[in-house]
Amino acid sequence: MRSLHVLIAAAVLSGAAHADGNGRRMPAQVPKAYTQECASCHMAYPPGLLPAASWQRMMNGLDQHYGSDASLDATTVRALSSWLLANAGTYKRVRAESAPPEDRMTKSRWFARKHDEIPAATYRRASIKSAANCMACHAGAERGDFDDDNARIPK
Amino acid sequence: MTASPFIHIAAGLLAACALTPATAQPTNASAQLQRWQASAGAPADAARGQKLFNTKAGNDLSCASCHGAPPTGPARHASTGKPIDTLAPAFNAERFTDTAKVDKWFRRNCKDVFSRECSAAEKADVMAYLLSLKK
Repeated sequence: MRSLHVLIAAAVLSGAAHADGNGRRMPAQVPKAYTQECASCHMAYPPGLLPAASWQRMMNGLDQHYGSDASLDATTVRALSSWLLANAGTYKRVRAESAPPEDRMTKSRWFARKHDEIPAATYRRASIKSAANCMACHAGAERGDFDDDNARIPK
Repeated sequence: MTASPFIHIAAGLLAACALTPATAQPTNASAQLQRWQASAGAPADAARGQKLFNTKAGNDLSCASCHGAPPTGPARHASTGKPIDTLAPAFNAERFTDTAKVDKWFRRNCKDVFSRECSAAEKADVMAYLLSLKK
């Protein structure tokens, strides 16, 4: 009985610890095109990490996508846009501020606050390349696991 | 009994593979080469393709920046670091088996590197170069 209580307490505590991260999770249903098209060049970012306005602008300008041509056929653009917009901005810190500069989540104020101990040079390491490469340090990033305890900065 | 979860997982993976729909007519690298040669109306040149593949254009990028030089092993995206599967068809049988995918990536990547689309002759040359890379 005692061990059952411990288990329940642990479950409740872990639930509380993760409540903050729920809005960062990848939605249960991810369109195949999101993985195929978007995640060919970079990780599959959880849509909750940018506001709807940012996703909308991004999907309207895929031919000039952060220095790359990421253009897609109109049908795929429509399908991905509606999924992104339906799941946009679920992270509470995204909702608390306006769209970040250049619609880059790495330029959000919350991103800067959460990474204020990381020097710019760290991001330039060959093993990381840029602040947008979440997976370099957060192995579970594509699932939306950005927990500090699971983060490891590569050399 | 301890093996049963693994059997289930393995069975699930097999089922997932079997259910993956074919998205396009099956093709291969040689067929792509034929297609572009026919469109260009001239034979391809692997040496010219190699030169083009390694040419750095306006954005300080070449094909090799993301695919490696030579592209016979796994590589990484030049700006994001995302792993990119091996490009040369002798080293990765998956490559150039989906025409829509091939056309899409040639269009995008030529724009990234050369700020324009590549001609059929250029694509034929690059394809001839990639086909010349053997194990």
